[in-house]
Amino acid sequence: MSSRPIATTRSAAGMPTPRLAVWWLIASEIVIFGGVLGSYIMHRLAHGIWADYAANTNPWIGAFNTFVLLSSSLSAVLAHQAAERGDGKRAANLLYLTTLGGVVFLCVKAFEWTTEISHGMTISANTFWSFYYTAAGIHAAHVIAGGIIMLFVAQTAKRNEELHRVEIIGIYWHFVDLVWIFLFPLLYIAK
Amino acid sequence: MAESIRVDHAAHHDDHHGAHHGGHEMSFTEKYVFPLDHKMIAMQYMFTGMFMALIGGFFAYAFRWQIAFPGTEAPLWGQVSPAEYNSLVTNHGSIMIFWVAMPVLIAAFGNYLIPLMIGADDMVFPKINRLSYQIFLISAIVILSSFFVEGGAFGGAWTAYPPLSTKAEYSLTPLGSTLWITAVALEFVAFLLGGINFITTAMNSRAPGMKMWDIPMVVWMIVIASILFMLSVGPLLAGGIMMIFDQNLGTAFFNPDKGGDPILWQHLFWFFGHPEVYVVLLPAVGIVAEIITVFGRKKLFGYKTVLYTAIGTGVLSFTVWAHHQFIAGIDPRMANVFTVTTLLISVPIAEMMFVYIATLYGGSITLSTPMLWALSFIFEFLIGGITGIFLGASGNDIFMHDTYFVLAHFHYTFYPIAIIGTYAGFTYWFPKMFGRMMNEKLGKLHFWLTIIPFNTIFLPLFVLGAAGHHRRIFDYRNFPELSHPWMWDLQALATYSLIVMLLAQIIFFYNVITSWISGPKAPKNPWNANTFEWTATSPPPHGNWPEGLPTCYRGPYEYSHPDRKGSDFWPQNEPG
Repeated sequence: MSSRPIATTRSAAGMPTPRLAVWWLIASEIVIFGGVLGSYIMHRLAHGIWADYAANTNPWIGAFNTFVLLSSSLSAVLAHQAAERGDGKRAANLLYLTTLGGVVFLCVKAFEWTTEISHGMTISANTFWSFYYTAAGIHAAHVIAGGIIMLFVAQTAKRNEELHRVEIIGIYWHFVDLVWIFLFPLLYIAK
Repeated sequence: MAESIRVDHAAHHDDHHGAHHGGHEMSFTEKYVFPLDHKMIAMQYMFTGMFMALIGGFFAYAFRWQIAFPGTEAPLWGQVSPAEYNSLVTNHGSIMIFWVAMPVLIAAFGNYLIPLMIGADDMVFPKINRLSYQIFLISAIVILSSFFVEGGAFGGAWTAYPPLSTKAEYSLTPLGSTLWITAVALEFVAFLLGGINFITTAMNSRAPGMKMWDIPMVVWMIVIASILFMLSVGPLLAGGIMMIFDQNLGTAFFNPDKGGDPILWQHLFWFFGHPEVYVVLLPAVGIVAEIITVFGRKKLFGYKTVLYTAIGTGVLSFTVWAHHQFIAGIDPRMANVFTVTTLLISVPIAEMMFVYIATLYGGSITLSTPMLWALSFIFEFLIGGITGIFLGASGNDIFMHDTYFVLAHFHYTFYPIAIIGTYAGFTYWFPKMFGRMMNEKLGKLHFWLTIIPFNTIFLPLFVLGAAGHHRRIFDYRNFPELSHPWMWDLQALATYSLIVMLLAQIIFFYNVITSWISGPKAPKNPWNANTFEWTATSPPPHGNWPEGLPTCYRGPYEYSHPDRKGSDFWPQNEPG
C-alpha cells in the first residue's frame, strides 16, 4: 500500500507539508543542541582552566572540516536547483557529492579523535573533553543520519521521482552545517 | 518551479487514491500490528497506556501497603524490601507520567482526534506515526525489563538526581539505572516524532473553510502541548545522553569530584519537567472543553480566552522550573524570581477555570458519565492548583519540601489530568471508537467508586504532609517520635482507599468489554455534537469519510444558537 492520504496534499498553512515538518524537526534539534552547548558554555565560563585543555585541540583540522562541510552545503544547494529544473539525474549526482563531503568530514574526525585519544585526551579525561566528544559526537551522529537519508533521496531522485525531497534533505543538511559553525569556535577557537 | 513539484505530488496521489479506499483487503498484521491508520495507532497507544497504568497502579498498591502496614506482607506481592520500595516508587512515577499520561492523553487522543476533528483522512505522515508507536513500545519494554536485570530496577526517584542515578555504588542498580534513562530517552524520541506529525497535520491538513478559530479546542490544546514538549525536551534528551555517558563511560558531567555539577542535571530535568506538567494538562483541558459544551448545550464562553491563556501558560511554563530546586542550593534571590513566575502561572490557569464555569452557567446540563468526569476534573484540579500556590512560595516550600503535602499536591494535579481526563475523553468518544454505547449505570458507579477513594487517599496526605511527614521514609516505625497513632490511621485510610479505587477499575474494564461486545449500536452522533468526527460512521473506516471529506462552515461550539431553528446544535459541516 503506497497510497497517500488526501491530508498530505493539503497546505492550509501555505507551506508544503514536508518542508513544514522539517522546520519543526529542526526546531526540536535546536533545543537538543542548545541543551548541550548551553551547559558547555556555563561550565566553560565557570572554569578558566578549560582554556588550557582547549589549547590541545587542533584548529587547523577543525578549520579544514568546516571548509569541507560548508562546501558540501553548496552542492546540496546546487542539487536543489537541479531538482527545481526537473533534472533528477544531476540532482542525484550532486547529492552523492554532498554525501561524500560528509564522509570526508567523518574520516578527518576519526583521524583527529584517534590522535587525541592516543595522547590521553579521552572522553573521561576531564569535563572539557567529555563535552568535546559528546557535543561533536551528537553532531557526527547527525552527519551520519543525514548522509544515509541523502543516499535514499538520491536513489529516488535519479529516477526523477519525489524530487521535492531534495530540498528537504538540503534544509536538514544546512542545519547540520550550522550546528558545526557553532561547535567549531566553541570547541576549537575559544582559548 | 516549486509549484510544479507540488502538482506532480498531487497527481501522484490521484493515481493511488483508488487503492487507498478501494477493495484492498488488509491482512491481520497490516491492520492491527503494523497499521498506518491513525485510529488503529491511537488504539495501540491507548491500550499500551492502559496496560502500563495497571502496572503503575499495582506498584502504588505494593508500596502504599508497606507505608501503612510496614513489616507485613502485601497480598499478591509479599514483603517489600527497602530496595524494592525505592524502585517501586521510582517506576510508579516514571510509568504514570511517561508511559501512561503521555501516550494516552497526547498520543492516543491526538492520533484519534486530530485527523477526525479537522476533517482529514489521516495524519500527514502515517509511517512516521507507526514508527513513533514502535519506538514507544520498545521504550515500554525496556523500562519493564529493568525489573528483571541484576540489581533490579532503578530506585533513585523519577527525577533521577545525580549522584544517586550516576554512581552504581550509591544506587546499587548498575544496569537498572542505564535501562531507565535509555527507556526515557527512547520515549522522548517517540513523542518528538509524534509531535511533529500532530503539529504539521493540524497546521496543513485542515478541511477547506476551517479557519484558526474554527479548530476544536482539544486539537489546539494537543498541538500547543506538542510544541511545548518539543521545545522543552531537547535539553533533557541531551542530559540523558550525558547521564548514560556518566554511568558507563566514566565522564563526569554531573560529578563534582571531577569538575562536573550535579545541579546541572536538575536544571536540565526541570526545564523539561515543569513544562511537561502543562504538556499533559492542556490535552485534558481540551477534552473537558469539548465535553462541557456538548453536555451543557452552550457555546464555549471565551474560545479565544482559553486559547490565549493556554499559550500564555505555555510561555510562562518555561520560566518556573527552579521552584523544584528551592532547597537545592540555588541563590535565594533567584528563588524569589521563580516564586513570582510560579505564582503568575496560576493566573492563566485560573482564567481557564473561570471560563469553564462561565460556560456551565445557565446551560442545560446533562449529568452523563463523561460530563461527571469533566466536572470532577474542574473541581479536583482546582484543589491541585490552589495547593500549588502554597508550594510556589519559596519560604513555605522550604518547610513543605519532600513532605506528603508535595506528594498530595502533584497527585491532585496529575490524577485529574491523567486519570480523570482520560476517563472523560474515553467515555465521551467510546461510541465513535467502538461503535457501541457504554453502560451509563456502570459508568456512573465506576465514576463514584473512583472519585471518592481518590479524595480519601490524598486529602489525608495533605494533613500528614503539613504535620511534617516525609515522603521518602521507608518505615516510620524507626521514627516513633515523628509518627503519632493518628498519623498511622491516616496512612491506613489512604492505603485502604487506594485498594478500593484499584478494585473499582474492574468495573470500568468490565463495562468496556461488555459494551464493546454487546452494547447498543451507536449512531453517528449520539451526543448531538457539532464537531466533524460525529459526521463519520461509528467507528469510522480507514480514510474516515469514504464518501468525501467534510467542509467547515462554522465554529465548533454553536450550541443553542438563536438563528438555528429546530435543533440546539449546528454541526460544523452543515452549509447555511
